Amino acid sequence: MYTFSNRLKIGSFILMAVGLIGIAIGFISAPSTVEEAKAMVASHAEGHGGDHGDGHAVPGETEGEVHMDEAGMQHPTVGMGAEVEHGNALAHDQEHEMSHDEHLLHQLQNRPWSALYVAALFFFFIALGVLAFYAIQRAAQAGWSPLLFRVMEGITAYLVPGGIIVFVILLLSVLHLNHIFVWMDPEVVAHDELLQGKQGYLNPTFFLIRAAIFLAGWIFYREYSRKLSLAQDEATDNTNFVKNFKWSAAFLVFYLVTESIMSWDWIMSVDPHWFSTLFGWYVFASMFVSGITVIAMVVIYLKSRGYLPDVNDSHLHDLAKFMFGISIFWTYLWFAQFMLIWYADIPEEVTYFVTRIDDYKLPFFGMIVMNFLFPILVLMNSDYKRVNWFVVMAGIIILLGHYLDVFNMIMPATVGDQWYIGIPEISSVLFFMGLFTFWIFRAMATVPLQPKRNPFIEESRQFHY
Amino acid sequence: MASKVIQAFYNDDDVLMHAVKRVRAAKHHIEEVYTPFPVHGLDKAMGLAPTRIAITSFLYGCVGLTVAILMMNYIMIEDWPQDIGGKPSFSYIENMPAFVPIMFEMTVFFAAHLMVITFYMRSKLWPFKEAENPDVRTTDDHFLMEIELHGNEQELYDLLVDTGAVEINSIEK
Repeated sequence: MYTFSNRLKIGSFILMAVGLIGIAIGFISAPSTVEEAKAMVASHAEGHGGDHGDGHAVPGETEGEVHMDEAGMQHPTVGMGAEVEHGNALAHDQEHEMSHDEHLLHQLQNRPWSALYVAALFFFFIALGVLAFYAIQRAAQAGWSPLLFRVMEGITAYLVPGGIIVFVILLLSVLHLNHIFVWMDPEVVAHDELLQGKQGYLNPTFFLIRAAIFLAGWIFYREYSRKLSLAQDEATDNTNFVKNFKWSAAFLVFYLVTESIMSWDWIMSVDPHWFSTLFGWYVFASMFVSGITVIAMVVIYLKSRGYLPDVNDSHLHDLAKFMFGISIFWTYLWFAQFMLIWYADIPEEVTYFVTRIDDYKLPFFGMIVMNFLFPILVLMNSDYKRVNWFVVMAGIIILLGHYLDVFNMIMPATVGDQWYIGIPEISSVLFFMGLFTFWIFRAMATVPLQPKRNPFIEESRQFHY
Repeated sequence: MASKVIQAFYNDDDVLMHAVKRVRAAKHHIEEVYTPFPVHGLDKAMGLAPTRIAITSFLYGCVGLTVAILMMNYIMIEDWPQDIGGKPSFSYIENMPAFVPIMFEMTVFFAAHLMVITFYMRSKLWPFKEAENPDVRTTDDHFLMEIELHGNEQELYDLLVDTGAVEINSIEK
């Protein structure tokens, strides 16, 4: 039985408190008028020596022109093309009513919201990735992992608070408290034919209903599977185990469909003019590898405290292999998406990457180094996968890299070139890190860390690679 | 060089594993063990050094990546930087995404093939090579342990009988 250490509890409370203060500072320091926004950018520009307005022409001016970007590639931006070019941050139709300054104001106002949203999504995705991994282990009847089931169940406990927070942020967006999703603004939609065409899918009511269904489905499986898993400990036969196996297989079907739709809704729709077919898989790979990494790190932590005596090097080796393999899988999907769009260079698709490469060069390419180059070199050696501090170090880099991944998905569309990793972003991460840590270890402290009557538990105990 | 070896036959891999451990504990030198299929843990029991073939494979992969980069850089960027469908061939990095599939495949190709060839060379395998099998039964259902003899034939014979050998022969090599 695990007892939640006091130091960890106090640490997570401190993280939450510091994070909350920082989040509040972020919201307070966001500008509320156009004048404030301009003053902020002016004072900022001195330090960075660049006026963002130069590289960001007002939409009306580029219409019908040939537009050169930094890479020297030409984008003939005629008609709709020009509109799409600038539509990533705010819908193009606003050109007639909303000046450049107002656009800037919205970007700056979005920053604390986006920072919160990115961190909320990132930590929710970790729990969801762990849930997918858990369901796969159950459906595949893996012999090595049952020893880790209680750890995974503990981490997925975060689905409830994390899911509620994400849902509340979505709800607040629908209530127009922020401009994260431009398609939620009826003013914007009224002047945007593309968004009108998507209204059947992208409308606030349906959006919230979908989100509620996804969250309900995921949380239901998590709670029910946990219940069956605990019941199996006290049972005299394997009916609970078999039931759990069937529910896990069914959940995986549900999960694949809903995860894909979720990625369109919660992430892709911040760029409502842009679409990509493999986006759902890409988001899945990101959450899957983050989830596995967190499992490995929590297992190493608990083992170092003496709570998982039967977990050995080989379990760690398997988790590290998954971290390695899924990191490469993520890179494969990232590159497949990037390269297809880069190669064809169709204006309405390529803007997505043009804005990222122009304004987010370091996070965009830094993420590839952290999520691919680093894990592939560090975790390739079989011996290193058994060294705890090596796995932890690789895990920290992978998690930071996947935070940046979510950051790169959301930020360019909501704050554009006004991004910075400062107080709002770091505080949001700290807050959710505190909440996540507190919640998962609290859940793990409620039941014994080792399942008693799982049919594979003996195999898992003897597991040796 | 006339040396004598003793060949002990077993008909079960578990028995063989125990026999290997006992023979090693008695400080006899095991020349070779012939088995019809891989016996898990046999290399550890015999005290064989771990293979380094994965390391060679990594290095071959690096060679393949280098070959691909140099080749594409020379052909597409340096030798004839043509404009093909608007792809930027001003520098390697600008057109790199288009070369990644080649870089990847060449890395895998070199890593895989050169490693296999290394394996063949190190294990001395090639077509028309004369089989080194001491007894045909070892490819079917028997396990054979071959031990060097240094005038201690009787002592070793007793030990091997004790470990469950089904047949023991001593042979001049």
